[in-house]
Amino acid sequence: MALKAEQSERLGKLLSDRSEKISKRWAEVAAAPLKGRLTVAESGRQTTELQVQLQKSLNDGATNLDGPQTAELRAVLTELSRGRARQGFTATETATSIFALKTALYEIGEVEKGDEKALRDYVAWSAFIDELGLFSFEAFSRAREHIITEQSEQLLELSTPVVKLWEGVVAVPLVGTLDSARAQVVMERLLQALVDTGSPYAIIDITGVPAVDTQVAQHVLKTVMAARLMGAECIISGIRPQIAQTIVALGIEFGDIATKATLADALRHAIRRGNAGKREA
Amino acid sequence: MTGSEGPGHQVQAIGNDEDVVRVRQLVRTAAVAAKLSLVDQTKVVTAASELARNTLVYGGGGEAAVSTVDNGVRRGVRVVFSDSGPGIADIDLALTDGYTSGGGLGLGLSGARRLVDEFELDTVVGAGTTVAVVKWAR
Repeated sequence: MALKAEQSERLGKLLSDRSEKISKRWAEVAAAPLKGRLTVAESGRQTTELQVQLQKSLNDGATNLDGPQTAELRAVLTELSRGRARQGFTATETATSIFALKTALYEIGEVEKGDEKALRDYVAWSAFIDELGLFSFEAFSRAREHIITEQSEQLLELSTPVVKLWEGVVAVPLVGTLDSARAQVVMERLLQALVDTGSPYAIIDITGVPAVDTQVAQHVLKTVMAARLMGAECIISGIRPQIAQTIVALGIEFGDIATKATLADALRHAIRRGNAGKREA
Repeated sequence: MTGSEGPGHQVQAIGNDEDVVRVRQLVRTAAVAAKLSLVDQTKVVTAASELARNTLVYGGGGEAAVSTVDNGVRRGVRVVFSDSGPGIADIDLALTDGYTSGGGLGLGLSGARRLVDEFELDTVVGAGTTVAVVKWAR
């Protein structure tokens, strides 16, 4: 809902006439529900910045939140919401900081003592402040989504290290759910590590995979096949008793791929095979 | 006999890969609540994972209803997967090891049947498929 020109003007006037009082009260009300996670001074800096921009927008004749007059105000709101999202505040806590302006205006504008016109003004201002709140809500969820995307990308990177265990032996400890995207990353990393280190043995450790179903098995088998094509031998380790029984019941066959219960067994196997190969040569 | 439906009946929609993970977590929680052994927990979770993926890939999405059941003697986990996809034309063929109409290993449906104690497959070509499985605590 847009403000009428004179309502916008009167709000601007109230904000500039009682600037300090409003700023102080806004900061207090905004900080109250944050329970000390932001001090009154910190929250005050944010609300004062908002107040300055709001004042400026209104002086430029802004009647809603869409026009070019409010571009800077929107930027400040976005910045505040993004900061709050990163600091772990909830969307409600963020929006409440903006809605706190209503309380400040109500008290300091002495709406209660005012006439009908003052009440009408207050209702219109409230609607405008609601718009600000909703905007911050949107900005907040955008920021959150951004953080989540970032984190899942980081997780993808984090969860697939390829480590060199011994001369000629590399290992990939798989942790968590192995979906297609991660399986692809694992395969690429492992094949690259085989080339980089010139290792003839690769160990795929599935100790950290909670459920080995046919999809996981298929991904692992494909990785083993690809490694084989490059001349490397793969060993699958970390097969716990419950996983072994499940694999048998499912009917998955690992064929002639060496499998071991623990990573240590797999390493021993690889070293032994490596030494045997050297003697033959 | 599947027994009476216990508390903790939960329905999870299956629309993407993350939902398959959620189904797995729900089933694991229910399996722990029904006091299944670690091996049986792993088996029912794996079966649920296969069937949830079938619902997603072949059924075009659907839902899974997870509940703990009690037949008076034993407790167990019951999971019902339903979709309104194309259905299965030849059930015998679909339950044959190694047969797949997609790109999988062809062990999901047949393997899942071996992993659980009770397996009911109800399918109508063109109308959808419902698979109900139960795993009892030993």
